[in-house]
Amino acid sequence: MTLDQFVQQFAEQFDETPANQFTPATDYKSLEEWGSLTTLGVITMVDAEMGKRITGSNLLACTTIEELYNFIQRV
Amino acid sequence: MKSRFSLEGKTLLVTGASSGIGRCVAVECAKMGARLVINGRNQERLNQTLSMLEGTGHQAIAADLSDHEAVSAMVDQLPQLDGVSHNAGVTSIGMIKFIKADDWQALSQNNVFSAIWLTRCLVAKKKLNKPASVVFTSSISGNDSVRHGEALYAATKSALSGFAKAAALDLAPQGIRVNCVHPGMIETELFHSSQDALTQDLDEMKKLFPLKRFGNPEDVADGIIYLLSDTSSWVTGTELKIDGGYTLI
Repeated sequence: MTLDQFVQQFAEQFDETPANQFTPATDYKSLEEWGSLTTLGVITMVDAEMGKRITGSNLLACTTIEELYNFIQRV
Repeated sequence: MKSRFSLEGKTLLVTGASSGIGRCVAVECAKMGARLVINGRNQERLNQTLSMLEGTGHQAIAADLSDHEAVSAMVDQLPQLDGVSHNAGVTSIGMIKFIKADDWQALSQNNVFSAIWLTRCLVAKKKLNKPASVVFTSSISGNDSVRHGEALYAATKSALSGFAKAAALDLAPQGIRVNCVHPGMIETELFHSSQDALTQDLDEMKKLFPLKRFGNPEDVADGIIYLLSDTSSWVTGTELKIDGGYTLI
């Protein structure tokens, strides 16, 4: 999965936040909609679409979507 | 004076005994005087549990309960039983839109079909004495309450509790009681790894419990001992919530 595709998949886990607010540089934890449900959505998406297991702690440790994408590549 | 909850003279099967609630149930039942047959998938961890049991005459049988032929073979090896504590099961968390058919089938196999098939084999092969007590470890999830991401898990636990009620009715004429315990959040090894998956603030979560703490495996084991003992001889088809009051609010 490319970074652009990952940003798109990441955005799809949000129902209220417009897709155009998501870029590789987005600080996802600062989004109003960020919470337990979106955390769960991203964890499950990464598992289902990328075959990688990440945790909530991993999500907390990263800041931008690109940083998370790069982290997942190393998992 | 002998405790009203004594299990002396009883032979019990405890599944899921290689870790968590099942291991604790085995240890506590042995303390109450029962002779145990313990089951789990992992022989090494099962042997660890065996070494933790008070008393003598205990036996460990490693078998994967999601394998029907293995269950049937295990039941053939069992002595006559006065009770069963079925704890084998797995957790699952995920979003509905990412459900995969394989995940659903595997979870159902582990949490529902294994319990049904084990019960079926025990009854068909007449391994349960009259009277006997069967206790399933289900969950508050699905039956009493749910949290985000628990759809599949809740569905399997509801199915297990539904089966237990029907089995209680069908097996009552044979003197076999069937009950469930519905634990809330219990601090086991699995608990901490699954909580890390969500990074819940555990101190904040504890405040959701009227009794201000998570459960421990002993809390669940004590409920199961009650249901296995003769003290509950007029109790069948019940669902005993052990949740620190979580579902009250």
